[in-house]
Amino acid sequence: MADLQATLLGGEEMEVSFGPQHPATHGVLRLLLKVDGEKIVDAKPIIGYLHRGTEKLFERETYPQCIPHTDRMDYTAAATNNQGFVGAVEKLMGITIPPRAAYIRMILAELQRIASHIIWLATHALDIGAVTPFFYTFEEREKILDLFEEYCGARLTLNTMRIGGVPWDLPEGWTHRCRRFVDELPKKIEDWERLLTNNRIWKARTVGVGVIDAEKAIAWGLTGPPLRGSGVAWDIRKVFPYDHYNEVEFHIPTGKNGDTYDRYLVRMEEMRQSVRIIRQCLDRLPDGPVMAWVPKVIRPPKGEVYFSVEGPKGELGYYIVSDGNVTPYRVRVRPPCFVNLQALPELVKGHLVADVVAVIGTLDIVLGEIDR
Amino acid sequence: MSEENKVQQPAPPKMPWEEKPVPPQPQDAGEHPLVRELEAAVPGAVVEALEFAGQVSVVVALDGLMAVLSALKGMGYRFLVDLTAVDWKDRPEGRFDVVYWLHRHGDSARLRVKVRVADGVEVPSAVELWPTANWMEREVFDMFGIYFANHPNLERILTWEGFSGHPLRKDFPIEGIDTGAAVYPDIYPPGGGPVKPKGGA
Repeated sequence: MADLQATLLGGEEMEVSFGPQHPATHGVLRLLLKVDGEKIVDAKPIIGYLHRGTEKLFERETYPQCIPHTDRMDYTAAATNNQGFVGAVEKLMGITIPPRAAYIRMILAELQRIASHIIWLATHALDIGAVTPFFYTFEEREKILDLFEEYCGARLTLNTMRIGGVPWDLPEGWTHRCRRFVDELPKKIEDWERLLTNNRIWKARTVGVGVIDAEKAIAWGLTGPPLRGSGVAWDIRKVFPYDHYNEVEFHIPTGKNGDTYDRYLVRMEEMRQSVRIIRQCLDRLPDGPVMAWVPKVIRPPKGEVYFSVEGPKGELGYYIVSDGNVTPYRVRVRPPCFVNLQALPELVKGHLVADVVAVIGTLDIVLGEIDR
Repeated sequence: MSEENKVQQPAPPKMPWEEKPVPPQPQDAGEHPLVRELEAAVPGAVVEALEFAGQVSVVVALDGLMAVLSALKGMGYRFLVDLTAVDWKDRPEGRFDVVYWLHRHGDSARLRVKVRVADGVEVPSAVELWPTANWMEREVFDMFGIYFANHPNLERILTWEGFSGHPLRKDFPIEGIDTGAAVYPDIYPPGGGPVKPKGGA
């Protein structure tokens, strides 16, 4: 069969442009695929269509004014973006935040992680051909967005953290509604898993697709679920705990084979672990203020810090250089998606064109953050 | 307890978040174990070592950069977390800082390596050591106009081919440039490339 194919097609290589206007590229990503028949010989991602110069803008804004810009990078996970930026400024200024603020941040960040993973699951399944999970999962995401809306008024671009804490205390009854949501969620996750985990078509499309071993994953700088799917138990929340992550119990799910299916299992388990963290946070939520004492004008000393959080996509880092002014001298965002996407050619080589869609989905990229 | 005693009791101690924050102070890190380890592997490599907010940065000379980076990789820094640059416009010892932020999984140590380069000077590429440096170096090239020697594919990544100028340089106007017909053709030559200083050269 292979010989026949080779004779008929002559092993001729062809270049195909995939995107930027393609529904499965999750935004404006263009891939230049070199294909031999249906087989991919090489792939070259072309990015930058969404470049807005966020890092340049940071240099013009004061520190608090930078926070809304962070929302717009990974627009599916605004809370974790905020968390990273304010954490970096707090580290630079030596601010300790009150425990209640830290716990509220953790609850918001974990809800955000679940919401982001829900978008990943829905679109990933949709790309591969399973339409049903989309409807079930987005119903739950809606509930998370409602919780966000009740807390800060926004659903997507939350702008919900401040240097020194969080802007508001939780509204009355919020913890109750949040607890009801996390009590219901594990059952729903089970339902979603029932649709996919043992589904033969799902397995045929994901098992053994986009394999990367641990050694290569580290060399390519992968972080987040793509790294954990290859069996490396590495999570910023455990390695460099921020807020009060050292006080809650959770484990880091890992895969074995480093393929698309394992990364799927890792993310599903991560949602359960997030539920576990939120429950503990709600149980322990201390009383007290939600803002630390901070000067009216945020003017960090001269210096430079790198601070990272475990975003839903991987290690999201902020490298801030301050020259003692009210605006940062330089802010570098270490975007997890940008680095993860770089490994895409490695993952798709030798697979079929249809698998490219699965691999883009499994890397869980957001172009807003890649292009910044 | 009587009423009087209550009044005389001192105010409860302030919690850390109620106090005025104490910013971290930069300290010399010449004796820091991470720096000593590097100094033992590549003697005389470290020009300057500083610790700030618990993070160690070392400045190395440009000609010793590759030796330092490969030694660090051999010492277990297998993960290049980040590679970026900072523009210090008029600094006499070199306009740019190229910053490497490295991680070692064994003891979760992180080390920042900085190298000062003048405008137009090539920096050796780290792609052979860490493949992940590929796009990061392309981004630094795109945004700052720093060239990397032996890079497999040094081309613009976030802006487009033919874009004039390097946006994250401090002398690039924040409102952007008219890319259709460049309004500063004397500073930003058409077709990209390094920024020409004003007044020729």
